[in-house]
Amino acid sequence: MSERSETTWPESITRLSGADKAVRETPSGKAGAKGVPEPLVPGGTGSVSLAGRNPTASRAGLPAGMAGAAVAGALADRSQVHAEADLANPIVRIRNLHLYYGPLPALVDITMDIPRKLVTAIIGPSGCGKSTLLRCLNRMNDLIDGVRTTGLIELDGQNILDPSVDVIALRRKVGMVFQKPTPFPKSVYENVAYGLRLAGIRQRAVLDEIVERSLRRAGLWEEVKDRLHESALGLSGGQHQRLCIARAIAVQPEVILMDEPCSALDPRSTTRIEDLIAELRGEYSIVIVTHNLQQAARVSDYTGFLYEGRLIEFGQTTQIFTKPEKKETEDYITGRFG
Amino acid sequence: MVFANGLVVFWPHPIQQISLADGTTLLGQRWEEEIDPLTGRRRIKFYCANMEDMPPFRWIYEDEIVHQAQPPDVFKLDRTANLHYIGYFREIRFAGQFPSQPDPEAMEASAGGNRVALSTQAASAALPQALPGGNGTSAQQTDWASKAEQLAAAIAWARQLESAEVAPWRQKENQLARQLNDQIKYALIEARYELQRLLQAGWPETDPRCQAISERIAQLTEEENRLKAQAHQLATERAKRETELRHHVAVFVDGQGREKPIPLVDIVRFSTPNSMTLWAKCRFCLAKWWELLSDQPREANQDGGIFPAILGTVLLVFLMAIVAFPLGILAGVYLGEYARDNLLVRWVRVAVNNLAGIPSIVYGIFGLGFFIYLCGGTLDGWFYPARVEAREPVFGQPCILWAALTLGLLTLPVVIVSTEEALRQIPWEIREGSYALGATRLQTLLRVLLPMASPGIMTGFILAMARAVGEVAPLMITGAVKSAPPPLSPDFPFLRLDRQFMHLGYHILDISCKSPNVEATKGLVYVTTLLLLAIVLVLTSTAIWLRNRMRKRYYVRAI
Repeated sequence: MSERSETTWPESITRLSGADKAVRETPSGKAGAKGVPEPLVPGGTGSVSLAGRNPTASRAGLPAGMAGAAVAGALADRSQVHAEADLANPIVRIRNLHLYYGPLPALVDITMDIPRKLVTAIIGPSGCGKSTLLRCLNRMNDLIDGVRTTGLIELDGQNILDPSVDVIALRRKVGMVFQKPTPFPKSVYENVAYGLRLAGIRQRAVLDEIVERSLRRAGLWEEVKDRLHESALGLSGGQHQRLCIARAIAVQPEVILMDEPCSALDPRSTTRIEDLIAELRGEYSIVIVTHNLQQAARVSDYTGFLYEGRLIEFGQTTQIFTKPEKKETEDYITGRFG
Repeated sequence: MVFANGLVVFWPHPIQQISLADGTTLLGQRWEEEIDPLTGRRRIKFYCANMEDMPPFRWIYEDEIVHQAQPPDVFKLDRTANLHYIGYFREIRFAGQFPSQPDPEAMEASAGGNRVALSTQAASAALPQALPGGNGTSAQQTDWASKAEQLAAAIAWARQLESAEVAPWRQKENQLARQLNDQIKYALIEARYELQRLLQAGWPETDPRCQAISERIAQLTEEENRLKAQAHQLATERAKRETELRHHVAVFVDGQGREKPIPLVDIVRFSTPNSMTLWAKCRFCLAKWWELLSDQPREANQDGGIFPAILGTVLLVFLMAIVAFPLGILAGVYLGEYARDNLLVRWVRVAVNNLAGIPSIVYGIFGLGFFIYLCGGTLDGWFYPARVEAREPVFGQPCILWAALTLGLLTLPVVIVSTEEALRQIPWEIREGSYALGATRLQTLLRVLLPMASPGIMTGFILAMARAVGEVAPLMITGAVKSAPPPLSPDFPFLRLDRQFMHLGYHILDISCKSPNVEATKGLVYVTTLLLLAIVLVLTSTAIWLRNRMRKRYYVRAI
């Protein structure tokens, strides 16, 4: 806890404290205040113990990097030093996260670290809670009635599950790309500038510059530069998704969450998005949820396997896909279930 | 049917001369034909016009017709009194020469004939050369075409004379009446009320304040009497001049050979349907249409224009839109986006849906009770206590404001439901996409949701407007009347919300059911209905055009 109080909160988060209150009054916050019963599966900790990780160590608040290092130590392809460096300073720390849809537990005791400026994939069979976990990271679950969250998610040392956190500022720091591309019925330009305008940027020159940079970054500039002011709805599905990525990176987030960004796209567009993820790696911390195991193996540095709301295993992608420590992981990866 | 009948109403149909077995000869137009259910004989409904001389409609058995012809020189007149006249044109008589049959009005006028000639000398100068004679001579042409020309010239001359000799007096009279009403009458009411209040509060009559008011009342009363006397004088003078003007007559002969002098100023227009060319008929039609669209009604709405009704209808719908649409959108947005799903909200939703099914007359009664008596009465009590006392309410009576509000209430559910529905149809992902970029609910609503929902909301507007234009029942008791000037004024607010108004729907009801001569106004019913439909069409097609433009802009492709 001392760690939290020492943290200097980024200005962008504290600045916008007066924003939409309706969104901020989250069910999770209320539920916590009213003292709703404790998680229904308290004994889950034992079985949920993370791959190669000492649960006591993580619960005692020791640097997660040490636990991660223990995992990495077993690996052949990546050096232990490398992995230690990755997880020494994670951008997001998740500790003992429980989430309930009404009485139903959807996430049980999730503890993991998201490495900074790398790609983290979350895999698992349908309905295992991948998307729910992702949506915890920018509190999109607040929009759903009856969701209750307990535990701790720290973004740069700040607990984002705290009811006093300004979700508007949080979502500006944690961008999101959805499974279904959702371009707004505006022009291409206005789609990308949307987040900037919301942030109060009005100077035309600044907008022009950021829009162009974002579109270039998303690899869309060449295709749309002549039709910036035409409706975005006229683009193709793959272009829509890249537009959504451009829209997300225009506001310069720290983390980009991608919820199965390619599941609605054809293979060609999928390849483009994957290339794009590879390009954005190193600049943004990316968390991607995917059904496609090959995709996870191709694009990610770290992979977490989620099964029935529990994090079964988390580690470097090469390790998960070549030498999974858990039987369930191996079964899933080799296609025995899921 | 409305379209077909409405378009041909003003077409000059041929006039037939029918001689019957019993020796009578009739001039008139075939209205309709049928087989008499009692005798099984074919009969014709014949429109003979000339309603002051004979019944305007007559059933004629076809087998009783001895002879039938279409003489080219029959005239049909539109008159300012007693509707149409059908007959042969004989001559024009200017003041001083009178029909052979004794006519009390003409007899009386013979004495004043010279005076008229004197007073109208200036205007007589404008009398066209084509008019032979002038004062005291009768035109004896046999060629009816040049007679028609002559008649036209004479009518134009008479009108000119009227606008020079009578119209200014009438204007002065109206001005005086307005002054009496707006300045003196209400000021008197206020002053009397003030005095009464002071006296009731226990002030002695000798108090300077009371005396000041009494003095003012005396002044006003004096002024009122002076103006009234002036108005009376004006009216007498105007009536005298009018009577003199009416001595210039055109003499017509009907089918039976009876002579009929018709004052020139009474003739609105004339036509000779049997000999008109197609082009002339079209011109005649156009003139009639123009009169309909731009003029005031004549003769208890039986003829003339319906401009006040058109204006009243359009104004009413716009006022209604101003009230109902913002309110409806706000309510719809609240119900669709903000309201939690609890019992109260569900009840409200059910209530809104039920509201859409309530008969419109119930809204009228509600408007009468709530808006007029309660709201209007309260407003009057606050701002115009004197007027209430004098039984001259301002807002506590049916008027266009309350009619518009009632109509707004009636259309509100449609707008609310369509707004809510349009918002519900936007995929949830769009909202999430916006929220994920750091938008608040309000920002999402204003920047993404409302633009996307606008085509659906527009559809609601269209439905609401179409319903509002056609409603009559609630208006009958909240402000629509048989005859009223447009609720406009030349002074500042320009729109007089406390006025009663004419409405096309109500006009249709009036001329189809309440007219003194229902059969003769049948054509007008078709035309008015056609116009009402045209207004609905114009309003809705504008709205649909707008919606399609929006839809093109905000169309969400199935991805």
